[in-house]
Amino acid sequence: MVIDTNKCVGCADCVVACQTENNVPIGYSRDWIMEFVEGDFPKLSLHFETQRCNHCDDTPCVRTCPTGASHVAEGGIVKVTHNECIGCGACIEACPYDARYFHPDGYVDKCTFCDHRLEDGLDPACVSVCPTECMHFGDLDDPGSDVSKLLKERDNYTIIPEAGTKPQIFYLK
Amino acid sequence: MDSINRRDFIKISSVATAGMALTWSGTSFVGDLFGKEEMPLSENVAKKIPTVCEVCFWNCAGWAYMDRKGEIQKIKGNKNDPHSNGRFCPRGTGGVGMYTDNDRLKKPMIREGKPGEQKFREVSWEEAIDHIVKKMKEIESKYGRESMALLHHGKTGPHFEYLFEAYGSGNIAEPAGAQCLITREAGFIATYGAGLASPEPTDVRNARCLVLIGNHIGENMHNGHVQDMSHLIDNGGTVITVDPRFSTAAGHSKYWLPIKPGTDMALLLAWMNVIINEGIYDKDYVERYTYGFDMLKDHVQKYTPEWASAITTLSAADIRKTAREMAAASPKVIVHPGRHTAWYGDDTQRTRAIAILNAILGSYGRVGGFYFPERVKPPHYPHPPLPKPKWSWKDYTKEKHKMAIMGITNIVIDHALPEYKGKHAIKGMFITATNIIQSVPDVEKTKRALQNLDLVVVVDTMPSEITGYADVILPEATYLERYDHLRTSHHKVPNIALRAPAAKPRWETKAGWWIAREIGLKLGLQKYYQWENFEEVLDWQLRQVGTSLAEMKEIGVKNYKKKEKLYLDESEQYWFNTNTGKIELYSTDFAEWGYDALPVYKAKDEAPAGYMNMIYGRIPMHTFGRTTNSPNLFDLREEGYLWIHPKVAKIFDIESGQEVWLKNQDGKISTFPSRVRVTQRISPSCVYLPHGYGSKSKKMTRAYGKGSADYEMITNVKIDPETGGTGMRNNFVTLLTENPHKNIES
Repeated sequence: MVIDTNKCVGCADCVVACQTENNVPIGYSRDWIMEFVEGDFPKLSLHFETQRCNHCDDTPCVRTCPTGASHVAEGGIVKVTHNECIGCGACIEACPYDARYFHPDGYVDKCTFCDHRLEDGLDPACVSVCPTECMHFGDLDDPGSDVSKLLKERDNYTIIPEAGTKPQIFYLK
Repeated sequence: MDSINRRDFIKISSVATAGMALTWSGTSFVGDLFGKEEMPLSENVAKKIPTVCEVCFWNCAGWAYMDRKGEIQKIKGNKNDPHSNGRFCPRGTGGVGMYTDNDRLKKPMIREGKPGEQKFREVSWEEAIDHIVKKMKEIESKYGRESMALLHHGKTGPHFEYLFEAYGSGNIAEPAGAQCLITREAGFIATYGAGLASPEPTDVRNARCLVLIGNHIGENMHNGHVQDMSHLIDNGGTVITVDPRFSTAAGHSKYWLPIKPGTDMALLLAWMNVIINEGIYDKDYVERYTYGFDMLKDHVQKYTPEWASAITTLSAADIRKTAREMAAASPKVIVHPGRHTAWYGDDTQRTRAIAILNAILGSYGRVGGFYFPERVKPPHYPHPPLPKPKWSWKDYTKEKHKMAIMGITNIVIDHALPEYKGKHAIKGMFITATNIIQSVPDVEKTKRALQNLDLVVVVDTMPSEITGYADVILPEATYLERYDHLRTSHHKVPNIALRAPAAKPRWETKAGWWIAREIGLKLGLQKYYQWENFEEVLDWQLRQVGTSLAEMKEIGVKNYKKKEKLYLDESEQYWFNTNTGKIELYSTDFAEWGYDALPVYKAKDEAPAGYMNMIYGRIPMHTFGRTTNSPNLFDLREEGYLWIHPKVAKIFDIESGQEVWLKNQDGKISTFPSRVRVTQRISPSCVYLPHGYGSKSKKMTRAYGKGSADYEMITNVKIDPETGGTGMRNNFVTLLTENPHKNIES
C-alpha cells in the first residue's frame, strides 16, 4: 500500500469505512489517523498519516504467537485466525505499530487489507472510499504496478523502519 | 514540533479513534440490530438500495448495502454520481449511525409542561395531527393563515414548503440562508446576475490556483471540493489559504496568509490594487464582459498593499506575491466564494469583492474557473393553482434588505416576539429538521419568540434542544428509511438521483412526505394531494424525464447530456442578467438602493484586552449538531476541542486535554466546558471551536454536555444590510479554568 501524504486531509473516512465494512465494533478500529505538526506559528508544516498494520515482511507478531493463529497468508497479508486465537496478547506487545487490538469477543483483531474484497477484485474499503484518493493498493513485486511506479517516482518513507520489520506500507512525501 | 505519538494521541484523542481503544474499551453503542459476522457479504452480490445522503447538504448519491440479515451493513458512493464520484466522506460513510441511534425520537409527543420544559406525553399520530390541525384552525380564525411560519432544512423542507404553499402561508425561511450562504449569493447576483447555489460551480479540478479565504476544505468535507482540491494538488496547482488558523488546507498550500480576523476585505481590495496597477488583470475579458472597471480602478487606488499590511498584519510583499501568483494562473484561478459567509455583518460586500476579484482575473465562465452548471428539473406533480397569501416574509423584509432573496430566519423570528406589534405577526411555527437553538444566533431572543407562539411543531429525527420548545414533536424517519424528492442539483453534468428507503422506519417514525400529507388532508387540502404514496409522485416525475421509479431503483443516478455550454466561448458576447448586461464591477442596483456600489473596507470590532476572536467551523467527521450524537461518528470524535496557541495556554496555565469554560465580551459564560487542544496551528489572537457541540438536550445521551457551544458565545450579531443575514464572528472570548457553575449545578 502506498499513501500520498500530500493529499491526505486526515478526515478519518478510512477509519469509518473499515469499521462498517468489517463489522469492527464501535469503540475499536483497525486503522487510525496521526497528525504531525512541525514548526512554530506562523512557520508551520503539517501532514497526516492514515496508519494500520504494515503487513511487514519480517513479522514479530507471527513469531510470538503461541498457537499459530497469527500467520502470513497468501500475498504477504498478515492475518489472525480468530478461532485459533487465545487472546494472550503477545502479538499486541510485539507489534511496533500498535496495529492490533483485543476484540470484545475474545480474540485479537487487525487489518486484513480487506482480503475478502481483494478476492472480488475490489480495493480495500479504506482505499475505495478515500475522497482525496491518497491511498493506492497493488502488487509491490510487480514493477509495472501503479504502487511500484509511485515509489520509483516519489520520495517515500516507512514508519519506524528502525524496528527492522520491513513494513509494506509506504508514505509519499 | 508538536507531533504526537500514538499513545499520547489516544490520551488527548486529538484526531481520530485508535485501535487500542483505551478510552472506550467495553463500550459498544451498536444497537441490537447488528449481529457480528466473521466475513462480510461480498459487495458484488449484496443487495443495494439507492440513497442520497442527508448528513450534509452536499447530498451525495450512493448505495446502502444490505447484510445477510437484510439490515444496512454499509453505505458507499454511487460511481456515476457527480457529487461523490463513488466516494463518500466520513460522515456519509458513517451515515448509518443516524439510523441506528437509539436516542432518536420514537413516537409523536404533545407538550404537558411549559415551553422549554421537557414534559411531554406520547400520543398516537392521529392525536398529534388532530391537535396540530385544531391549533392551526384557531390561529387561522384569529390571525389568518398567513400568520403561520415554516423554518426548515434539508430534504424534509420541500414536503412542508408545499404544505405551507397549499395552505396559504408564505413565511418560509431556512438557516441555510441567513445564517450561511445568502450573503455570498447576494454578492454574486449583484456582480454576475446569478448566484452560485449548491454545489458551487467552481472548476477546481482544472484550476491552476485556488484561493481559500477562511474556507477550510478538507475540514469541511464538501465532498466534490475535497476531491477536486486533491486533483489540483496532484496536477501541481497552487493553493493560497487565508486563515488565522493553520487549517488542513493551509497545510497543503504554497502560501498561507495568517490574516488578522475581520480584515479580509482589506486584503481583497489590496489584491485588486496590485492586479489592476500592475496591469496583470485579464484585459480582454474585462473589456468584453465587465461594467465599471474605471470606477473600480479609481476606487482601489487608496487600498495599497502597504495600507492593507497595517490592517491585516500580512506583509505587503506577501500580498503582492500572492496577487501575482493568481494573475499568473489566470483565467484558471478561483478565489473561492466559500459557503458559510455570514461573518461580520458586511458579508455581501466581502463576497462582492471576491466576485469582482474573480472577474478581473477572468475566471467566471472559464475552464479552471467557474463553469455554467445545468440541471434537469422534472415538473411538479400536477396540482391546482396554489393560493396567494395576503402577505408573506417578503412584505416585512424586502424593503429594508433588497438582496433578501429568500426568507430570513432571524427576521421571521423577530415577528414572533411579544414586543412585535405590527400587522405581520407570526403566531404558529413549524420547524423541520433544523435545531434553531444552535443554528440561529441570539438564542435568548429565539426562546422568547418560541414561548410567545400559540403553536410550535417540530419535525425531526433527534431530540435536539429545539424539541424542548415544541408543543408537538413529530418523529421523522431518517433518510435511510424514506423516500424524498429527487435530487436535481445543477452540476457540470445534469443529473437526477433517487433516495429510496433502505430500511423500514424504526419505532413509530414516519417519512416527512407522509407527515406533511396527513396534516394537509386534515386541513382540507385534499385537492393538493391527489396521490396516496410518494412513489406515485416520483414515478410520475421520473417518467417526464425519460426514466421511471423502477429504473432509478436499479441505477440510483441518471446523468443527462448538457444542453447549454459549460464555459464561455472565446470572444463570444454574453448577456449577464444585470442591469447593464455586463459583469457589474460597479453595482448599479446597489448604487440605486444606497448600498456601496463598490466594496469598501470597514473596521470591525476589536477584541477587548484578555479576549480572543472566536472563530468556529467544522471538523471533518461531523456535521454540527446533526451528527454529534451518531454512535459511530461520536466514536471518531466525541468533542470538538477548543484550539488555543501555546502562548495562550501559558498565560492561562492550561494544558492539552484540560477543561475550560468560555466567557464572551458580554459576560456570557458557556454552560459546558471544552477540552483544550494546545497547538501551534492557531494564531495567539484567536481560539477555534468546532460548531455544533455542547448539546443541552439530555436525551442526546452521547452529545449532551460534550464541549462548549459556540452559539452561546454569539451574542454580538451584526446584520448584513443588503440581505438581513447575521454576522456572527464579532464575538470574543476569554477562558475560565475554574467551573463557574459549581455553586449552581452539580
